[in-house]
Amino acid sequence: MALQTLDIQRRSATTTPSPGVRQTTEVAKLIDISKCIGCKACQTACMEWNDIRDEVGSNAGTYDNPRDLTENSWTVMRYSEVEVEQGKLEWLIRKDGCMHCADPGCLKACPSPGAIIQHGNGIVDFQQANCIGCGYCIAGCPFNVPRISRKDNKAYKCTLCSDRVGVGMEPACVKTCPTGAIVFGSKTDMIQHAEARIVDLKERGYAKAGLYDPQGVGGTHVMYVLQHADQPELYHGLPRDPAISPMVSLWKGVTKPLMSLGLGLVALAGFFHYVTVGPNEVGDEEEEV
Amino acid sequence: MTNHWVDIKNANVIVIMGGNAAEAHPCGFKWVTEAKAHNKARLIVVDPRFTRSAAVSDYYAPIRPGSDIAFLGGMINYLLTHDKIQHEYVRKYSDATFLVHGDYDFGDGLFSGYDEEKRSYDKTSWSYQKGADGFVLTDETLQNPRCVFNLMKQHYSRYTPEMVSRITGTPKEQFLKVCEMIAETAAPNKTTTFLYALGWTQHSVGSQNIRTMAMIQILLGNMGMAGGGINALRGHSNIQGLTDLGLLSNMLPGYLTLAGEKEQDFAAFLDKRALKPLRPGQMSYWQNYPKFHVSLMKSWYGDAATRENNWCYDWLPKLDKVYDVLQVFELMHQGKMNGYFAQGFNPLASFPDKAKIGAALARLKYLVVIDPLATETSEFWKNFGEFNDVDPSGIQTEVFRLPSTCFAEEEGSLVSSSRVLQWHYKGADAPGEARNDAEIMAGLFLRLREMYRQEGGAFPDAILGTTWPYRIPESPSPEELARELNGKALTDLVDPKDPAKVLAKAGEQLGSFALLRDDGSTASGCWIFSGSWTQAGNLMARRDNADPSGLGNTPDWAYAWPANRRIIYNRASCDPSGKPWDPKRKVIAWNAKEGKWLGMDVPDMRPDAAPEENVGPFIMNPEGVARLFAVDKMAEGPFPEHYEPFETPIDTNPLHPRVVSNPAARVFKGDMDAFGKAAEFPYVGTTYRLTEHFHYWTKHAKLNAILQPEQFVEIGEDLARAKGISAGDRIKVSSNRGHIVAVAVVTKRIRMLDVDGRKVHTVGIPIHWGFKGVARNGYLANTLTPFVGDANTQTPEFKSFLVNIEKA
Amino acid sequence: MQVSRRQFFKICAAGVSSSSLAVMGFSPGTALAQAREYKLSRATETRNTCPYCSVGCGILMYSLGDRSKNAKSEIIHIEGDPDHPVNRGTLCPKGAGLLDFVHSPNRLQYPEVREAGASEWKRISWDDALARIARHMKADRDKNFVARTDDGLTVNRWLTTGFLAASAASNESGYLTHKVVRNLGMLAVDNQARV
Repeated sequence: MALQTLDIQRRSATTTPSPGVRQTTEVAKLIDISKCIGCKACQTACMEWNDIRDEVGSNAGTYDNPRDLTENSWTVMRYSEVEVEQGKLEWLIRKDGCMHCADPGCLKACPSPGAIIQHGNGIVDFQQANCIGCGYCIAGCPFNVPRISRKDNKAYKCTLCSDRVGVGMEPACVKTCPTGAIVFGSKTDMIQHAEARIVDLKERGYAKAGLYDPQGVGGTHVMYVLQHADQPELYHGLPRDPAISPMVSLWKGVTKPLMSLGLGLVALAGFFHYVTVGPNEVGDEEEEV
Repeated sequence: MTNHWVDIKNANVIVIMGGNAAEAHPCGFKWVTEAKAHNKARLIVVDPRFTRSAAVSDYYAPIRPGSDIAFLGGMINYLLTHDKIQHEYVRKYSDATFLVHGDYDFGDGLFSGYDEEKRSYDKTSWSYQKGADGFVLTDETLQNPRCVFNLMKQHYSRYTPEMVSRITGTPKEQFLKVCEMIAETAAPNKTTTFLYALGWTQHSVGSQNIRTMAMIQILLGNMGMAGGGINALRGHSNIQGLTDLGLLSNMLPGYLTLAGEKEQDFAAFLDKRALKPLRPGQMSYWQNYPKFHVSLMKSWYGDAATRENNWCYDWLPKLDKVYDVLQVFELMHQGKMNGYFAQGFNPLASFPDKAKIGAALARLKYLVVIDPLATETSEFWKNFGEFNDVDPSGIQTEVFRLPSTCFAEEEGSLVSSSRVLQWHYKGADAPGEARNDAEIMAGLFLRLREMYRQEGGAFPDAILGTTWPYRIPESPSPEELARELNGKALTDLVDPKDPAKVLAKAGEQLGSFALLRDDGSTASGCWIFSGSWTQAGNLMARRDNADPSGLGNTPDWAYAWPANRRIIYNRASCDPSGKPWDPKRKVIAWNAKEGKWLGMDVPDMRPDAAPEENVGPFIMNPEGVARLFAVDKMAEGPFPEHYEPFETPIDTNPLHPRVVSNPAARVFKGDMDAFGKAAEFPYVGTTYRLTEHFHYWTKHAKLNAILQPEQFVEIGEDLARAKGISAGDRIKVSSNRGHIVAVAVVTKRIRMLDVDGRKVHTVGIPIHWGFKGVARNGYLANTLTPFVGDANTQTPEFKSFLVNIEKA
Repeated sequence: MQVSRRQFFKICAAGVSSSSLAVMGFSPGTALAQAREYKLSRATETRNTCPYCSVGCGILMYSLGDRSKNAKSEIIHIEGDPDHPVNRGTLCPKGAGLLDFVHSPNRLQYPEVREAGASEWKRISWDDALARIARHMKADRDKNFVARTDDGLTVNRWLTTGFLAASAASNESGYLTHKVVRNLGMLAVDNQARV
């Protein structure tokens, strides 16, 4: 049961069942915010490993840069200056990015076969070759993570370095993290590690320290240790109870099979247009909107 | 560092003050997080800003830039008045018991011997009382009012918590809380470690900032202990190495020093440096100075260096004063320099008062820039609009720009802050025609030598006489140079105790500096590196990361100077009887059965010096013990005293209004007038580095430019409100020397402080932008900084000066 | 968000149809997913030390080619050395970005000179550059070298040319630099330790 097993467990928009006999270990990345110094080494290692470079932007009066996730920034630091206790300043810095939900809203929402897959170890990966750029994954994501590229009109996000994990290594951000705020291993081990960290934090006066592994999305394969687990919103609006949008659930659960029938004939023409001409081009004039 | 990066994990309390380890040294800082995780350590951060180090601290206290001695002096007072010191350590391992010269005195901000005209001291009275036997007089009972301990107590009695708070702006309770936390480590089995960097050095009292902390470490008994020590977190990958190699105006390799011009007599030159013990039975290791010096001369001059010609003593240049960079740029500005080389160095951005630096460079005849990157210095003559508004046609300097290789394209060793020499290998060729620094230096030297050989010229002796034993003279290899640094036997070295035994045969690499001799039979380019490339090969390339003691010592990883010792002064980790103060962190211990010091580290002591011999643990000091009283070593006094920055926001010194700033600091004419006053420039400016960037290099690297693309300054919410500034606005920051324009980051992390009855705001100025690079162009931050330095090292006062701000 | 609202709905159309087609068994063969490939399998690994701060982190540099005669090495990736006792594989944002320092567009490629009063660089050969610089040095040194002071002290110093040494250069380069400049008689020598 190696961590690196990349058996595919689920594919978007595919009814053919995935092979399910082999039992693989679930992996997880644990981000301990109490140890994070917000150095952005993870952002750098992510861009470097994945051969992506965001734009050289500008400073908007904060340390956050790039300012948001993009197709070239699959992870960014979110800085929040808060005073939970009067007079005691805290600088909470959260590494934002894909949470690799056990029940991924993006995958559920994705209409393109095999564009989003979930590996047996829990990694949720986008397969750009199959992506049609519809953006449903964005609507389906309770954490607002995927981004569509203006260059190729395909969706991108953190892959949890499935290429590295696939050969038995840890993700690039995990390896580089100078303070060990990001650790990686089996989900069981990560939960255990988090428990020890929480004991330490409580001893240091953070009575509400806890683990963020939200059950609304079936738990996640990227988890946080929070000093104030009772107030996840403090961490740049980390959702308290994330869940897949009811619209996505509805679409997948009931509407889609019915609609599919109705749409079938109408769509054939569109399909052949798509496979011969390719996805709709995005006009420059629209990007200005 | 006296200790090393991994050793930080052994500390109980970690104080980051005068530095920002999490941002400047993130991978070293991991050992702070390890200490917290596995040693239940507490992290304290004292800084004008709530930094990213503070973000993960257990306790943060704000402080006004430039008031650290007041804070630390107050801490000394706290430790003494609350009796929180390691008594036996202080009595046995420091000069607390030493009696001080009868004329030594301090009053109204000045020590005895001040000459106002010269802005310097006659230090005669800054000395110990000596007996008829030539040794220092002591009082083991600490009753004598003239003993160091009592003078120290008296000196710091003025630093009450109220006074500390009045000077530093640190609320009194916060100051006391920090004192309490640190005081707990006066227990023999507890340690504090202080991590500092430029936040302490870049002041007109920089050296004394560090000394004050060193005194605290002695009082707490933390020197030599695992998890203790004095840990300067050095800035560049080989800044430690270049310091070790003596690439400073007044130095030679291995902390040997150049002679002053008055030192015409070679024997007297050596005698002054071969320090005799001040107490009976002490090692005073510098007694070996002649061995190190002669071996260096043999390395440089080979057979030309003989006893008869004093090993070519005359060939070495003699100093009339120290030519530190401020002095050099002052001379350049006066038109007294003709040529200048910047090898991997960007002085236009790195030295204070950019306008003065640029004007000075413009007066040179020739400037040579050797660098892998296109630096601002190399284009100081070019117009970059508001960022560098000059007229090239008016600048007559001929500028040469030579491309050099970078780390990935070369082989060799670097010394980390832990004093570890680590070997690295080449991965690819450099772009275009770039050449390695050694090759460039060889190219210049061989051409010059040929010219002198053919044409003659001023004093060609040293140029013609320098050894150049390299297989390919135009390209000396790293291996050859590393072997030369280590040194070799020139003749068979016979054991002085046993003439039948040959310790090293002629031509063999030496195993350690203990083999060096002053009779010309050994050569070594840098004695402290001796042992790094022995007959066994290149020890700097060793890669065994085993940690047998569990204390993180990894003795077979690369090579640490001196003698592969990982914690220096480690004899002080044991009590006088040779037992570790804390058995849980045993570094070494006296083994009576074997009659030696044994342990996880190389003992910093004669290996067979039994405890009964009372050889003190500080073998590099002639006292054999640590100095709480600095005698004549410092320019401004034997005890650190709080002096205000040259640009002070409070116009006075609450301790002694008549002596405001460092009375012994050198200030050039003209620069005094360029100091601003608080009435016009009411805010404290302080420059610093961000974790996303490295000085002025990473703005050339796209990944880093993406992380922090644009120049900004940080101000507190109170100041922003008062000035009507919102986050993201562009603001103009001015000092008496110029201005910059940058984006405002408005933050809770910089607090307004109450200092001596005034409200003091700090303006934080990160330094990383300029007019070359792939990040957005910006102003060089040193446009603002004052041209004054520490009285001992001349390190510029970048950390505290006066500015004003307005919306741009 | 990168997709405008209008755009979102527009591109949805294709998505809906293909999705639905898949459900009906039109799923194209290419829709099958596969694991990403690891890019370093046979790249050459070289050990080095980070050139930035003095933590002295061990790094692994990966280059294209296996060092065979016809392959020109090119660094393609740098990450931390897990065996290094201090960094244990980690790298800070500076170290993690080293690849872009190595390949910075601002790396200097060849020697250049900016003549007095000129407003541009001019490319020159190494030979010309070194010869011209050496000539400047000799002229200045011969003119301004002080062998003895007026009061007869032997000082053998050259004060009118100075040198700043690189604190990212190796010990070996630094040592050779010291050997050269000191034996020319220079005293105006410093390195970054001064600031």
